[in-house]
Amino acid sequence: MWKLLWKILKSGNLTESRMHKPERTSPCEYSRSASIRHLDSGSCNGCELELWALENPVHSLSSQGFSFVASPRHADILLVTGPLSCHMKEALEKTYQAMPSPKRLLAVGDCAINGGVFRGSYAIHNGVTEDMSPNLTVPGCPPRPEEIADAIRRSFSPAKTHSDSPVLDLEIRSPLP
Amino acid sequence: MEGNNFSPETGFDSFHGAIPHATLSFDSPERYRGEAHFLAHSGARLLALWADSPSSIRASLILREGVVLLSLSLPKDSLSFPSLSSIFPTAGRFERTIADLFGLLPEGLTDLRPWSDHGLWLVPPLAEGRPSLHQPFAPEDYPFVRVRGEGVHEIPVGPVHAGIIEPGHFRFSVVGEKVLRLETRMGYVHKGIDSLFRGRTLFEGARLASRISGDSAVATSLAFSKAVEEALNIEVSEGIRFVRALLLERERIANHIGDLGALGNDAGLGVALSLFGPLRERMHRHNLTHFGHRLLFDTIVPGGVSTFLSPQMVDALLQETDDLLSEVSLLERIYSDHGGLQDRFQNTGILSPEIAIRLGIGGVAGRASGQGWDLRIDHREDPVHRFSPALALDHVGDVAARVRIRFFEIFESLHLVHALLTNFPGPDICSTLPDIPLSREGLGIVEGFRGEVLGWVRIRPGKTIESAHIAEGSPLLWHALEASVPGNLVADFPLINKSFNPSYSGSDL
Ligand code: SF4
Repeated sequence: MWKLLWKILKSGNLTESRMHKPERTSPCEYSRSASIRHLDSGSCNGCELELWALENPVHSLSSQGFSFVASPRHADILLVTGPLSCHMKEALEKTYQAMPSPKRLLAVGDCAINGGVFRGSYAIHNGVTEDMSPNLTVPGCPPRPEEIADAIRRSFSPAKTHSDSPVLDLEIRSPLP
Repeated sequence: MEGNNFSPETGFDSFHGAIPHATLSFDSPERYRGEAHFLAHSGARLLALWADSPSSIRASLILREGVVLLSLSLPKDSLSFPSLSSIFPTAGRFERTIADLFGLLPEGLTDLRPWSDHGLWLVPPLAEGRPSLHQPFAPEDYPFVRVRGEGVHEIPVGPVHAGIIEPGHFRFSVVGEKVLRLETRMGYVHKGIDSLFRGRTLFEGARLASRISGDSAVATSLAFSKAVEEALNIEVSEGIRFVRALLLERERIANHIGDLGALGNDAGLGVALSLFGPLRERMHRHNLTHFGHRLLFDTIVPGGVSTFLSPQMVDALLQETDDLLSEVSLLERIYSDHGGLQDRFQNTGILSPEIAIRLGIGGVAGRASGQGWDLRIDHREDPVHRFSPALALDHVGDVAARVRIRFFEIFESLHLVHALLTNFPGPDICSTLPDIPLSREGLGIVEGFRGEVLGWVRIRPGKTIESAHIAEGSPLLWHALEASVPGNLVADFPLINKSFNPSYSGSDL
């Protein structure tokens, strides 16, 4: 047990996120916390690995007020990865319908935007943008965790419903100590 | 009949030092089945079974000595093919996939329920206009096997799961808290990958191969590239082989680290994620800095690698290896000393050695259940055999054993990475890809982080892909999961599932 405690103490705080100040445009709309329901619509699981990375202490998305939740019933953001396989279309629609308004749709990864490398297959819909209009899209295969986190933070900014270049902060930080 | 069977002693070819393999072609269904039967008795395991056209069935088997590809040509108007399910119990789902995609009937298969087809296809997507035996069905009609008895009820889970997980359906039949039966239903992430390969260039093919299952990007693209290199008859240089081996081990280490953190978390030690997560993150960042992609996508290309290794990079990676070694050693001691954790791990989700043999399970899951198969150890492939990594082997078959195997393999891989880096002969250039006058086939096989990954390709003149298939072993792991969950509590399912960690995308293709 002492090894565990010692390890925890020694690790210290690894979180890199500078406090991201929310854009307070209207007083009661949104104050920096939201629940995210992730839906894999047929991804290769590369995008999922980067979503997992958001949960590690270095990115620590949850410490910024965002958490991945199990039910769409109390989710604010539907974060979709994958090219929307035909077999997941119904599940996507049901999940989106089950969410309360106001809700946001985030298409993460090239696949979710236009089918990516799987574009043109008989078994997919070439991304979610064929039938739905995401509030934000995050290109990349997979996008980096920083890029996804940035889009999540900005998904409730009222001014931006669509964005072609949601990616900021591209510089590669030095590796961990 | 016996006299004509394949001989593992003499029948294998070893292409440019690769893992020995042989292709056996058949026109007669009886001879195909007969050979499969004979090889099964010689200890062969089934790796994958697929059709590369409506008239060509392929079954890849692995023996201690190497890989055998059985290739059965069907007559043009044939509507059926012989099933191997009575020989290999895991053949059934592969054959149901062929039935769904091509409209062919697997003769002798008793379970003819659809598998990849979810009731949305009017005609089999790859039947190429031929008549087929396809029968449309309503998606909600999938007949799960029912367990009857007093107090038995069903829990349906998925396709959307609670968390950041790929989609698939699990049907539990339970009494109280105990699982009596688990049946999986996959196909939700079917993307038609085999058809997407067709007509692509070799480099586009490698890009697609990197994305069969993102966590195995190096293994799948390496298997594909090796297959291409065999088809084009080219050999890659020593420096390239070193970099490839290094990337493959990095992928294994990162995935094992991620899995160990998730396993601790699923067993109730939440801090495990915070302890393992930063180690994986650090590897991903080094991957990005040194190799251009956090998950190493597209680093392996036919004929070579798309990255290079400078002396400065070697130094940085050696430093990382040393750091990881000491960090993971400490975490291993924390895991093995933690009573609560071991209590959840031990005797949970047991895959007995007998069932592992029957199902032909290799990889991490097989090695935790007494099946000592590891391509890196069983074969003398350069450069890995120079440094003779040790085989991880356990016989208990529970979650704890799979955890121990992962720790052991991280240490072995770190030693291997260290040896590869210190003996690195220097960068080499990629081989150019020659054109070929006639279509040719090639096969590549790699030990990925789950187990064997097989790539097969047929290339036509002009260096485009006529047909290709990648099998990364996950379909077999669903069988292993189904065999090891009954008798456990429903609440232990996520832990057991994670300990096998099959890829949904890799199985649905
Ligand atoms: S965008 Fe890339 S990483 Fe994400 S699911 Fe698609 S292929 Fe995989």
